[in-house]
Amino acid sequence: MTSNLIKKSLTDALKPQLLEVLDNSAAHAGHAGARSGGGHYHVTIVADVFEGKSLVERHQLVYKALGDLMKQEIHALGINAISPSEETKGSL
Amino acid sequence: MSVIERIEEQLTNPVVLYMKGSPDFPQCGFSGQAVQILGACKAEYAHFNIFEDPELREALKEYSSWPTYPQLYIGGKLVGGCDIMIDLYKKGELATLLSSVGAVAA
Repeated sequence: MTSNLIKKSLTDALKPQLLEVLDNSAAHAGHAGARSGGGHYHVTIVADVFEGKSLVERHQLVYKALGDLMKQEIHALGINAISPSEETKGSL
Repeated sequence: MSVIERIEEQLTNPVVLYMKGSPDFPQCGFSGQAVQILGACKAEYAHFNIFEDPELREALKEYSSWPTYPQLYIGGKLVGGCDIMIDLYKKGELATLLSSVGAVAA
C-alpha cells in the first residue's frame, strides 16, 4: 500500500520524530489526475533536518526521499514539514 | 536551443507559473488554486502549460528538484508549489515577494 511505502521512505531518509501520512485519494477519485493511478496524500513530518531550512528546501528533501514514488504512485502530495523547535513553539 | 536554455530564457520573466492548463482553463485543482492566489495578489506573470511541452515537463522536474506542478518562480528562483504558495499568501509574504520584482498591478 502506498501510504506504507511513503512512511518507510520518509522514516529511512529523514529520521522524523513525528510522521503522519493521510491518504486523500478517495476525495479525488475520477478527476483527471487520478486516472493515471497516482493517489493524493498529505504528510506531516517533524524532523531535525528541517531546522534552518526554507519551505522550498524542506519540500525538496521530502521529494528526494520519496524518489520514484513521485513518478507513479503519488499524483499529489501536501506537505507540512516542521522542525522540532517550531513544534514546541506551537507555530503550526 | 536546448530545453535547459529554454527554461533559463523563460525564467528571465520576473514571475513564471508552470502549470497544467492555462489560467483561464486550469486542468488540475492545484494549478487552479495557484492561479487564484496570484489573481488575489493582482500579480502579473508569465505562464506555461506543461501539457503542451512534454520535454519541458520532464526537464523542469530535474532542473528544480521538484517533481510536481504547479511550480512558481519569482526572480528566477523556485518559490514552490501550491502548498507553499498558500502558506506564503496567508502570511502576506507572497505579496512582498511579488512586489520585490515589480509584478503587482497598480
